[in-house]
This record gives sequence, C-alpha cells and structure tokens, in this order.
Amino acid sequence: MSFKKFGRKSFASQTKVDAFIDYLEKGEVRGTQCKSCGTKFFPPRADCDQCLSNDMDWFKIEGVGTLVTYTKQGFAPTGFEKDVPYTTAMAIFDGVQIFGRLDGSIPDDEVAIGMNVGVRTLQYDDGQLSYEFIKA
Amino acid sequence: MSKDVAIIGVGQSYFTREYPGSIRELAFDAWREAAQDAGITAKDISASVICSAPEYDAQRSPAGVISEYLGFVPAPTFAIESVCSSSTSGLRAAYSMVKAGLHDIVAVVGFQKMSEITSADSQERMGRGSDIQWESPFGTMMPGYYASHAQAHFKQYGSTERDLAMIRAKSTKYGALNDRAVYRKVVTVEECLAKPVVTSPLKVFDCCGNADGSSCVIVANADRAKELCKKPVWFMGLGSGSASVTLTGRSNCYGLTAAMKAAQDAYAMAGITAQDVKVAEVHDCFTIAELMAYEALGFAELGKGVELVREGQNEIGGKIPVNVDGGLLSKGHPIGATGGSQVRTIVLQLRDEAGPMQVPGQPEIGLVHNVGGVGLYANVTILGR
Repeated sequence: MSFKKFGRKSFASQTKVDAFIDYLEKGEVRGTQCKSCGTKFFPPRADCDQCLSNDMDWFKIEGVGTLVTYTKQGFAPTGFEKDVPYTTAMAIFDGVQIFGRLDGSIPDDEVAIGMNVGVRTLQYDDGQLSYEFIKA
Repeated sequence: MSKDVAIIGVGQSYFTREYPGSIRELAFDAWREAAQDAGITAKDISASVICSAPEYDAQRSPAGVISEYLGFVPAPTFAIESVCSSSTSGLRAAYSMVKAGLHDIVAVVGFQKMSEITSADSQERMGRGSDIQWESPFGTMMPGYYASHAQAHFKQYGSTERDLAMIRAKSTKYGALNDRAVYRKVVTVEECLAKPVVTSPLKVFDCCGNADGSSCVIVANADRAKELCKKPVWFMGLGSGSASVTLTGRSNCYGLTAAMKAAQDAYAMAGITAQDVKVAEVHDCFTIAELMAYEALGFAELGKGVELVREGQNEIGGKIPVNVDGGLLSKGHPIGATGGSQVRTIVLQLRDEAGPMQVPGQPEIGLVHNVGGVGLYANVTILGR
C-alpha cells in the first residue's frame, strides 16, 4: 500500500515496483533496468516488454539533465487546487525521460526548453513523497 | 477506388452546453437525421456500434439502452471506446463487420452528455485522464499536455502564440456558419491573444468547449448502398495507431506519432497522397492540435504547418480547407460524438451538400483525423465519392 504515498495525490495503491517509494524516502529517484536484456525503464516497470523477464535492477537518476518541455498550469484537477500555479515538465537524464514538476521558485523568464536541470526528492506537509526538477 | 463499403447516411444533433433530455433522446436526434438521410428505418439496421467515453455516463453499459431506444433490438450491439476518437474507432469496427460480410447495414452512434455529471465530478475525472500511477499524481490535465506540445513545437519549429490564435480565428469564422455549433461568434486574432492563459502557452480561446451532442453514421455494403443511396460516399482508406500514455515514452513532444502512423496507413490503403485530399476535418481539441495535424497528415512538411496558417491556405479557397465547419474549437467537443460529426461534415462536403460551408469545385476526396487522449489513439479515415 506504500504507493499511496506517491505524489501530491496518489490514485494507485498497489504496484510491484513500490520500492520506488522506499528510494524516494532515502532521497533517491530510481528507475528499473532489466537484468536480462539491459533495457532501462522510467517510470519503473516490474516486467520487461522487450524480453518478458521480470528480474529487475534499480538504477539511480542523477547528474545534470535537460528540460524537454513544460507548461505552467493555471488550473488544476480536484486535490491539486492549493498548489496552483505549478509547472509540470519533462526532462531527460542520460537518455531517460522523467516526468514531474519543476521547482516553483525558478522565475518564469529563466524557464526554457533545453535548460540544465537536476532532480531532487521532496516531502509535503502531509507526508506525501515526490520529486521535482531544479535548476542545475 | 474499391467501392465495397459505403456511408449511406449521416446525422448529428445540435451541439449545446446543456442538452435538455436524456442520453437516449440525445442519441435519437442524430439517428433520426441519419435514418432520414439514408432512407431507412430501424428494421434495416443489422448491427450497431455505440460510442462514448464512459466516465461521463451515469448509465452503465449504455449500448443496450441506446440500441433499445433507437429500435435496433434484436440486432447485436456493443460499445467501443477510445475517448475522443471513440466514434471513428466505432466506424473502423463497422467497416470491418460490413467488409467481412457479417452485416449489411451498421449504425455507428456516438454521443456524450458532458453535462450529465457535475462540474466537480468533471474536475475529479480530469485528474485521472493521464497515467494515474505515474503522471496524475503531479496534477496533470489534458490542456497541460497539449500545452507542453505547443511549447515544444514553438521551440522546435518557431511557431508562435499568434499562429495558434490565427487557427482559432479561422475556426470561429466557419463556426458562425454552422447552425449545429455551440460557439457561433466570430473573434479576431487580437481577441484570442488577449484572453487569459489557461496553461502556458494556451489561452482560453486555444481550447475547445465542452458540449453535449450526438452523431450517427450509417455504413452499408455495396449492394445495399447502390439500392438505397443516390450519393454513396465510399471508404478509401482507414489508418489507426497508438502511442504511449506516459509522455516519457514519446520520441518527441512536437508531433503526435500515432496520428502519423494512422495517416501513413490510410494513405497507403487508399493509394493516394496528401495532395489528393481536397477537404479535411482534423482533431482540433486545442489550436496546437490542428497545427500538428497539418504536419502529421502531410498537408505541410514537418515544421512548415505555420505556413499554411500564415498564408491562409487552410481556408476555403486555399490549398487544403481544414475544419470549415468550425472544428471542435467552435462546434464543441462532445467526446463520443465528435468523430461521427467530423465524418458527417466530410460526407456532406463530398455530396456537395455542405451549404454555406461548402468547398467549391466538388471535392472528390476528403479526410477525417480524429485523436483520442493526447495522441494516445488516432484514426485517419479517407472517404471518396
């Protein structure tokens, strides 16, 4: 059930990759890599769609990535209203694309596709665990 | 062109903010028009395919009640869903059933009563529109994903907010001519640009409005089509594709690969190229979606879609008139009904019956591009007369 702790609001409770939450608690964002064929997955998967193996390693997302795209949302679905406005974004780290939010303290005029970003974990006041992209 | 499966009748309801009736009555409005158009009654229907996005339906498994109310019992019926592209997915199933010889006449009925649920419920469902395990927890919403594509398209190809505003201004010009459209007012490029931002860079007028509505397309084999119909419109090509739900699985964010695959398959089946298409309906749930469609469909080279916009080549009289019924932007977007409404427009165009929206010169080939989710599902249908 630990996956209920993922994100501002989680919609899923059970998954075979809930070790993702344990890594978030340790301050790490990790994806899975198939031990059999080496394919890397983010978001993490329990099953490899390339070779059908279910034997996975966890690899760490780290270093400097670049911003692929983003949008600053002025409206939100139910449960996210308090955070408005916030920026959802995608970044790429060593060939692996990650979706998440961008650090809200970065001024709008400094946000641009192609900018260098890092990723850091965070915990909300209610204990929910997540991660965000920061300027690098 | 192999003339073996035809569309012999089309219908759609008025698209409105709040339909004053039930979903079965809404569906009947489109069926009535399509049946009268085809010159058939419910007894002629050998099977039906009912299309809607079920998260907006209070009724569970609506195919049964719709089929019953339209008088199709005991003909087989079932639902097909691919969110916003549901009714062209239904059309694909109907084509297959007729082509296979299982049925001679199939009704594809699309409907959505968006006002069936409260605004709060709608906001809640909006949060579950993407991958609920990995992306919804960040507070994503559909306009945000299309906005992310707009940012990427701007960066990659130099398109601008003004280009998008020009697409909306065009849409309103034709929407004003369409008595079935929910939005009938003409607005200027400057008015579009002055509207507040919803999710950067998309503003209020870059987004289509919700609407209640229904559509109906009657598909028949060649024998029945020739017997019943003076102006059958024939299927030339059907293409369909998919892409990953999670944005992280996409190869880029400045085009929709599912639509590109669907287009290639449809052109190959029809044995034509983009230049042969004389009128098109594309899925403009957001202005950026229409711009990306020009490129996916080959109306413009990748990155050159803006030239069609800036030169007005996307209007009646231009190289490729697109969405000259107002598109989703002005007609409104009743999810399950939208694809069927697009098909209706192209069928009327090919029959030279589109009234004030008619593309002159009696177009012989038309195309429908209908997308579900943010390029998650895509159907391209090529029709000819």
